[in-house]
Amino acid sequence: MIPLRFCRRTVLRGTALLLAPLALPARLFANGGRLVVAADSEPRNLNPAIVASNGVFFVASKVIEPLAEASYDGRDGLAPRLAVAWEGSADGLSATFRLRQGVTWHDGKPFTSADVAFSALKVWKPLQNLGRLVFANLEAVDTPDDHTAIFRFSRPTPFQLIRNALPVVSSVVAKHVFENEADIAASPLNNRPMGTGPFRFAEHRPGEYYLLERNPDYWGEGEPKLDQIVFRVLPDRAAAAGALEAGEIHLAAFSQVPLADLDRIAKVEGIAVHTRGYEALTYQLCVEINHRRKELADLAVRRAIAHAIDRDFVVRTIFLGHAQASTGIVPKNAPEFHEADVPAYPFDVERANALLDRAGYKRGQDGVRFSLRLLPAPYFTETRQFGDYLRQALAAIGIEAVVVNNDAAAHQKAVYADHDFDLAVAPTVFRGDPAISTTILVRSGTPAGVPFSNQGGYENAGIDALIDEAAETVDTAARTALYRRLQQLVAQDLPLINVAEWGFVTVASDRVANVSSNPRWAVSNWADTALES
Amino acid sequence: MNRAFRLVRRRALTAVPVLLIVAAGAFLLLEAAPGDAADAYLLSIGGGDPAFVAALREQWGLDGSLSSRLWLYLSALARLDLGWSLAFDRPVRDLVAERLPATLWLMGAATALSFLLGSALGVVAGARPGSLADRLLSAGSLAVYAVPGFWLGLVLIVVFSVRLRWFPTAGIETVASGKAGLARALDIARHLALPVASLSLIYLALFLRMMRAGMAEAWRQDYALAARARGLGRFRIAVRHIARNALLPLVTMLGLQAASMLGGSVVIESVFAIPGFGRLAHEAVAARDAPLLCGIILVSAVMVVAVNLAVDLAYAALDPRVEDGEARA
Repeated sequence: MIPLRFCRRTVLRGTALLLAPLALPARLFANGGRLVVAADSEPRNLNPAIVASNGVFFVASKVIEPLAEASYDGRDGLAPRLAVAWEGSADGLSATFRLRQGVTWHDGKPFTSADVAFSALKVWKPLQNLGRLVFANLEAVDTPDDHTAIFRFSRPTPFQLIRNALPVVSSVVAKHVFENEADIAASPLNNRPMGTGPFRFAEHRPGEYYLLERNPDYWGEGEPKLDQIVFRVLPDRAAAAGALEAGEIHLAAFSQVPLADLDRIAKVEGIAVHTRGYEALTYQLCVEINHRRKELADLAVRRAIAHAIDRDFVVRTIFLGHAQASTGIVPKNAPEFHEADVPAYPFDVERANALLDRAGYKRGQDGVRFSLRLLPAPYFTETRQFGDYLRQALAAIGIEAVVVNNDAAAHQKAVYADHDFDLAVAPTVFRGDPAISTTILVRSGTPAGVPFSNQGGYENAGIDALIDEAAETVDTAARTALYRRLQQLVAQDLPLINVAEWGFVTVASDRVANVSSNPRWAVSNWADTALES
Repeated sequence: MNRAFRLVRRRALTAVPVLLIVAAGAFLLLEAAPGDAADAYLLSIGGGDPAFVAALREQWGLDGSLSSRLWLYLSALARLDLGWSLAFDRPVRDLVAERLPATLWLMGAATALSFLLGSALGVVAGARPGSLADRLLSAGSLAVYAVPGFWLGLVLIVVFSVRLRWFPTAGIETVASGKAGLARALDIARHLALPVASLSLIYLALFLRMMRAGMAEAWRQDYALAARARGLGRFRIAVRHIARNALLPLVTMLGLQAASMLGGSVVIESVFAIPGFGRLAHEAVAARDAPLLCGIILVSAVMVVAVNLAVDLAYAALDPRVEDGEARA
């Protein structure tokens, strides 16, 4: 009897296996189909809890979720994800998060406050590129119950900062996955992300694609809409535009279709251009200045350079209108902090020349006052093009700029490690709060080698003191006021010159619904994104 | 055959110091480029604090002296260990094994196509130097030769993928299609059509010009005159007597082109998003990934040595006067 029963079971199982492929497509494509997206890079480490960068988020944010996501209309500009409520104490020594109930990890285990405590203490604080700063004073995370996490800080930590940083620094990973790893940062598990998000990580074929599949147990009701997302690796920008036109991909984000192609592709039937959805990822085009150079240590020269730049021309010609002119180190897209009342430097070549004449920099016989090395960052077409523009703009005021073009690694070393530059063009990023990656651009004391920091040797005791005060100011209004004052001081003294600020452009098939639905859309979870037939 | 064996053995022995020099040279060259793997990585993630940077350098073994790192690398190499890629965080051996097939297919198909088509058209052009066919072919091939590879690739994409939709724009096969066997082979062939076409069009001109020049030269030889005097038809002379003699330098060229085609495939692989060797090399340089780049260069060097050996052996088959490539050297 036993062999017979065994046989029957095997037969049944065999039949089920045979039928499975027939059943599979129906289940897969009943709802939303497969969205194919262009990706231009494959991060070395795909864990957003460790590497909080747009390249990682682009793929991993669909798999691993933060406590809260940026939102156009939510309170504090946030929408709840794994946390449903948050509050900071008046003394800045604790922050309480109420967590979402009924959430499970992709492996079926329940998500609890222990996962948040583990992520915060073992991953964000010690390992994450941005969390190391934001959670520097995090001492402990109390978990009175499964759905409450109380962060304890050793020194007053403004909740405004924590709150603003949440979308970027709070990707939660599962404790049970990582707790036995000896070296979390080097774990191979980082490249097979497992989270609570609307999509499960299915496969990565290096050089070809990432495949994500619908998480049927996702907490969001009726979400996700899509069955699969494929991120196709297309390193060549022109090729991405071609694949989009040929209908092989549905969407290209982060301006992977070059600005110059937008006019043409916008006219292609069935393709739409989206410029919203990047407000919380604002990039800033700025001129970094080496204050060790004696001419550049002179405020009159820095002001002359600021007057020599035609910001409207830059926006119109280099960004083809997809940018706006800058007034200072905090972009207009951060209304909570942006200060409009700052000294402005309108385009005025005559005034720039007069400033230089008065400061004693006489033109030589060849019309040149002095010569500078100008290093445009190579990461964006626009930073390189602005380098060429700046050379011409400086020539008009008698400053000869010798453009030195490097690749990314060489640029990083020359500017941020060796200080082997006079002027550099940088695309800095505003990450929701000035304390995350903005004050480091002007504060003194950062050791050499740190990219996107003050490596120009600028020292201003007043600015340093103000930044330090803001770092410990818990009261939101007082802290905001300090950062507004900082913008005025910076615009006054010009440790660097902000020129323009820009978001990216998404080009998508018009079958893709709910594109750009939040200010960090490209790096958010796409739970509501759908593909209409 | 005995001679052939001796040739192979001799080449294998001389290849060892060559490969060692190539490996050390590649390592030092990348070292001379400003910035290291940690610099490149930091930028890719948008920055980090000083302690993080220092920890990274230590963890990746970038803080040691140049000589100690070179020694470490070469001694690992002596144990046939290609090392660990910093940019991909994986063994170099795996990466190379994963990416090599696509490039071999691309290069193999492009070499075969450009050689066959190039020499065939060269015979047509050289059959009657100065004729209309000759002029058209010569001018056309030169024009294609002058065009940059990436541009040619993009134009082919616009015409055959975007407008006509005959071929896919990019990739080596349909993503996550679940195809297998013959269906998969056909799918890959369809994806490779445009990249192979753009890579071979560039080298086609080279073979065409050489074949044509060789034939034009051969027409003036005594044996051609003798053949005509005996009343043989022009076509017969061109194909049987002249083309065969003119083919010999092309085979030499084939060996030399193997190396340069590897360079050309860097560009083509990027344009067509083919996960191959050339693109990997480009990424390795940008990331300052010394172990990976050295591994790629080493494997490429082995390939070039092997192709040249094969070419030398092929001589004997094509020209009975040559027993092996070294007999006359």
